[in-house]
Amino acid sequence: MKIAVTSQGDTINSPVDPRFGRAAKIFVIETDSGETRVVNNMQNVNLTQGAGIQAAENVSHLGVQYVITGHCGPKAFRTLKSAGIKVVVGAKGTIAEALEDLKTGKLTSSDNPDVEGHWI
Amino acid sequence: MKELVVISGKGGTGKTSIVASFAALAEKKVIADCDVDAADLHLILGSKIQKKNEFAGGKLAVINPDLCTGCGICTELCRFDAVSPVNGKTGIPGVSINRLMCEGCGVCANFCPVNAIELKEKVSGEWYISESRYGPMVHARLGIAEDNSGKLVSLVRLNAKNIAENRKYDLVIIDGSPGIGCPVIASVTGASLVLAVTEPTLSGLHDLKRVISLAEHFNIRLVVCINKYDINTDMSRQIEEYCLTKKLKVVGKIPYDTIVTKAQIAGASVVEYAGKPVTFSIKKMWREIFYIIG
Amino acid sequence: MKHNLTIAVASGKGGTGKTTIAANLAYSIGYNVRLLDCDVEEPNSHIFLKPEIVSREKIGVPVPEIDESKCNYCGECGRICVFSAIVPLKDSIITFPELCHGCGGCSLVCPEKAIKEIDRETGVLEIGWSDKIEFVQGRLNIGEAMSPPLIRAVKKHVKKDGITIIDAPPGTSCPVIESVKDSDYVVLVTEPTPFGLNDLKLAVGMVRELGIPFGVVVNRATIGDRCMDSYCLKENIKILLKIPDKRKIAEAYSRGELAVNAFPEYKYIFEELFSLISGEILEETEYKL
Repeated sequence: MKIAVTSQGDTINSPVDPRFGRAAKIFVIETDSGETRVVNNMQNVNLTQGAGIQAAENVSHLGVQYVITGHCGPKAFRTLKSAGIKVVVGAKGTIAEALEDLKTGKLTSSDNPDVEGHWI
Repeated sequence: MKELVVISGKGGTGKTSIVASFAALAEKKVIADCDVDAADLHLILGSKIQKKNEFAGGKLAVINPDLCTGCGICTELCRFDAVSPVNGKTGIPGVSINRLMCEGCGVCANFCPVNAIELKEKVSGEWYISESRYGPMVHARLGIAEDNSGKLVSLVRLNAKNIAENRKYDLVIIDGSPGIGCPVIASVTGASLVLAVTEPTLSGLHDLKRVISLAEHFNIRLVVCINKYDINTDMSRQIEEYCLTKKLKVVGKIPYDTIVTKAQIAGASVVEYAGKPVTFSIKKMWREIFYIIG
Repeated sequence: MKHNLTIAVASGKGGTGKTTIAANLAYSIGYNVRLLDCDVEEPNSHIFLKPEIVSREKIGVPVPEIDESKCNYCGECGRICVFSAIVPLKDSIITFPELCHGCGGCSLVCPEKAIKEIDRETGVLEIGWSDKIEFVQGRLNIGEAMSPPLIRAVKKHVKKDGITIIDAPPGTSCPVIESVKDSDYVVLVTEPTPFGLNDLKLAVGMVRELGIPFGVVVNRATIGDRCMDSYCLKENIKILLKIPDKRKIAEAYSRGELAVNAFPEYKYIFEELFSLISGEILEETEYKL
């Protein structure tokens, strides 16, 4: 299973980035093999419009089944859902902790975005 | 953390003067001036700018006249009347792109057969973090003829919230802009409470109804203030009755007083003038709002 | 006098009296005149002119509709769209119509011709009559963010032979530009307060950038408004008219009454205003020649 987590850093012990659209990086892990990679999301940080949508589109090319983040707005959520990706919000702490929370069921996938759109 | 947004629909009902008074009365809050098109709040609250940031609101198509062959494809394709043919210096036809009309969509740049058009990032305004007389304030200035005011409003609001979080304040008070379009929508979505400031005129009531519809559309709690209510007490009563049918609370009826303009000229908020009925009404309204917002 | 004249009434600050000036001006001209209410978010001139509306037209913006049987998810449409309004994914494609500016880029670029444009309703255009005054207004749908497309639809009704008065929205951003551009003259309405002066300066910047001749009307003028006078003097800006700050004028306005009806002397005042503006336009035209 492949999971993407919005990240503030490059390692599995980096803190989760609470924002989806303007997260600095996307940490990707293949849970079966343990393989990881870090994808840069900086090109979206300064986007004039649709940062969440663009981030979602980028993630859709990574072949992940889950995205874990702090908050996800309605446009990004809809894009991820259309790509067949499950969205998990409310993640706190490090990436490792967030992955553990998903495993134990402390965090589950949402049916809806958890924040309002920003009009950005 | 709570966000109080003050809007009006109709311009000139007294939003900014009222927000200035709230700034004087409220404690532990951040002020956000989201009327980015015509910001006035800093004239009363004062603003010592601590940080200035550029706002990139979109893109602009820029023509390189040396490469242009005057084929006219861009003129044909532009949906926004931004491209027009001109006669070049040496009589070779070319085009000019009107920066006021260009929406930065990039269609012209994309279809130019000789790549004579470049789509560039443009700076469409600035936003500031300032210290006002009554605490931190985030405000902005949108450039003339610019669009994407919604995005600039969102930036101001976001930064005001961040400052509030950092300083452990519970409240952000937002001065909105007139109308019900993009900048207003960006101010109100997700707010804790909207205060609609109206005036006792037919125009005021007409525009209040549209503001109320907007709040309903976005499912946001709304309360009403009738400013200068004694200019026309019949109209004021009509407004109160309308609010009653909509189950909306009228939290304030503020009397007309020339002291409001005098305060503006002095760069002060109205509530700094003690002993006046208008001051008393605004204070009473603030207490009401403070209670409702929780 | 020119037969074809478009006068836009604008302001930086809201609530200074644009609609008052526009409606009274149109009414005092009285014939071969059309009022366009371009303040589509909060159109108010109908309150004063009380037109009989004879036609209503839904106005929309073109947004993309994808025929997924033809789409091969090549992603070209996503690459051209700067507004993130069309989002091609690996094997699906979604649109965000509310972000679309109607530029047409996606349907032009699609190699499979899978995208056609359909109308998304944003508001209503209403046409009517008030006495001999022709009346056109736009009314933006609630929750709709973009007003310029609807304003463009209203502006299509600028008279080709006669006088057009435009009631513009407040401010200086793109809806105002859309309303005011291509006019022969702009009347900037202000009030002698610090906010009024601050916003007037922004509005002056706007009309100067548009290159349209303009003059100022000071509404709710009081004897002590020296700041406004000295600013206009310094900037060589003509003050066309000062309307005094009188409670009875405010009361008539609050009842939706035209000043020219409520107070007979205002009929002459607004006729004078129109003569003055026409004279200014003539002077400007002669100067350019």
